[in-house]
Amino acid sequence: MTITTSNKVSSLDTGAETETSPQSTNVQDTVVVANDTTTASATSAKTDVTPPQTVDRFAPLEDLIRKATNVIFLPGLTFLFVIAIWSGIQHTIAPDLPTPVETWGKAMEIFGDPFYEYGPNDMGIGWQVMYSVGRVLAGFLLASLVGVPVGFLIGMSDTFSRAWNPLIKILRPVSPLAWLPIGLLIFKAVDPSAIFVIFITSIWPVIINTAAGVRNIPSDYMNVAQVLKLSQLEIARKILLPATLPHILTGMQLSLSTAWMVIVAAEMLTGGIGIGFYIWDEWNNLSVTSIIVAIVVIGLVGIALEAGMNLLQKRLSYQS
Amino acid sequence: MKNDYLLISAVDMAFETGGSEPFVALKDVNLSIDKGEVISIIGHSGCGKSTVMNIVGGLLQATKGGVILEGKEVNTPGPDRAIVFQNHSLLPWLTVYENIALAVNKVFRKSKSKAERDQWIRHNLNLVRMDHAADKYPNEISGGMKQRVGIARALAMEPKVLLMDEPFGALDALTRAHLQDSLMEIQKDLGNTIIMITHDVDEAVLLSDRIVMMTNGPAATIGEVLKIDLERPRLRLELADDPQYNHYRAEVLKFLHDRHALPSAA
Repeated sequence: MTITTSNKVSSLDTGAETETSPQSTNVQDTVVVANDTTTASATSAKTDVTPPQTVDRFAPLEDLIRKATNVIFLPGLTFLFVIAIWSGIQHTIAPDLPTPVETWGKAMEIFGDPFYEYGPNDMGIGWQVMYSVGRVLAGFLLASLVGVPVGFLIGMSDTFSRAWNPLIKILRPVSPLAWLPIGLLIFKAVDPSAIFVIFITSIWPVIINTAAGVRNIPSDYMNVAQVLKLSQLEIARKILLPATLPHILTGMQLSLSTAWMVIVAAEMLTGGIGIGFYIWDEWNNLSVTSIIVAIVVIGLVGIALEAGMNLLQKRLSYQS
Repeated sequence: MKNDYLLISAVDMAFETGGSEPFVALKDVNLSIDKGEVISIIGHSGCGKSTVMNIVGGLLQATKGGVILEGKEVNTPGPDRAIVFQNHSLLPWLTVYENIALAVNKVFRKSKSKAERDQWIRHNLNLVRMDHAADKYPNEISGGMKQRVGIARALAMEPKVLLMDEPFGALDALTRAHLQDSLMEIQKDLGNTIIMITHDVDEAVLLSDRIVMMTNGPAATIGEVLKIDLERPRLRLELADDPQYNHYRAEVLKFLHDRHALPSAA
């Protein structure tokens, strides 16, 4: 580990310089710090550090082609393959299936006016999706609000863990849909019942992952807290919460993706409005094209939800 | 006895095993350490070196006996006995600067102003030559750098005793040598009292004023204490051929591999 430092370089300058220097990737043992203090000369020092590069003019183009292959061409190929199989099946064993062309036409029609409203039982697919997403988010947030503190308690206290674990073990494998009648009985309305089902869906992964996160905090971190004589509140805020956050977010991500699957089934049962009910309704109308379009929409919304959680995870998590 | 800076007095340590007999790890450990002294504790694995350190650090409470620092018994952890952990134990969600700030802001909340604390953090980073990485996260720097930051964090608490638990054990030989040199330099300037656990004979002879050699457990205790009378600053290259240095080295090796060799070679 060789470090050549100058005498009086302000640490901010040097920090910035190591940051921008093209060679300084993450791990680096040899750090050469320039002998300047002014910003102007620091910039010149920066250019000194740059190794003489042979410019490959076609490198960016090659890179673009590789990216296009990976992102567009390969998935496109699979897509065409699936459509071919679909067509094949439609032509041979299942003539009732709509053709890809018919479905495409229906999709254009549906997406042409996704937010129409012809009364409470006839709304555009945009509204259906929004209602479903709203229910999922409501149940999911409630579950997180309850699940994170419960997970903390279970993770920190053996007594609490022994008291609660059997109940959790029994209830966790139960399909959340089994709770729907209970929800309807309690709330006597569709919306809160669906949210209740999502709540039940979401809470187990949040509790279990939070508890695991608390239990897996390296004892080193707690030793540091002890040496520094941090108070209980400081330990919770500065050690426990940040250390478990990645686990909590993993639990939440699991919850959210499962919740999005469950809501479709729940809405098929409850009726009213929502993408699940939409599918059921279109089945009753024998509009299979709409169902296929809805399936694709559900998939896309699922991706969007996951991307949202990923973004949150990236913002809040650390790399160990 | 009143001149002892740090006194480890008649320490026994027994762990409950769940069986009928508790496991006796340490038996009657006595050691007196002067201010500014560098002590290495060396011994085979499982001999209770770390237990001694954890008792001095207050992370473990001795079953019998105790630790007296500047005339006061210490049995809880505290920043006056800062610990450099083997695996650095920096908090990965904080930057290098913030890791040290967590310690400095806690220890000097009342005695230093905000600006003074900032200056003190940067001073300590400078001391271990890590000022250039203040805003990096631990996963963005190398193992040797992390350990430097761990040392800076401990130094920043201005501890009365600096406890180091195999601080360089996880590093490659070259990095380890650099850090040993840095530590000697810092200790020369600041006069820290250091207790260091090591399993590296060269490291022990190079760095220490005295080497404490522990017998094998169970019921481990201090077997011998070897005083290292080598002039400082010690330069590893010159010492390599120094007969006195090699004599000390041989002494430790004889203790470890002859008189107290592990019955089952681990």
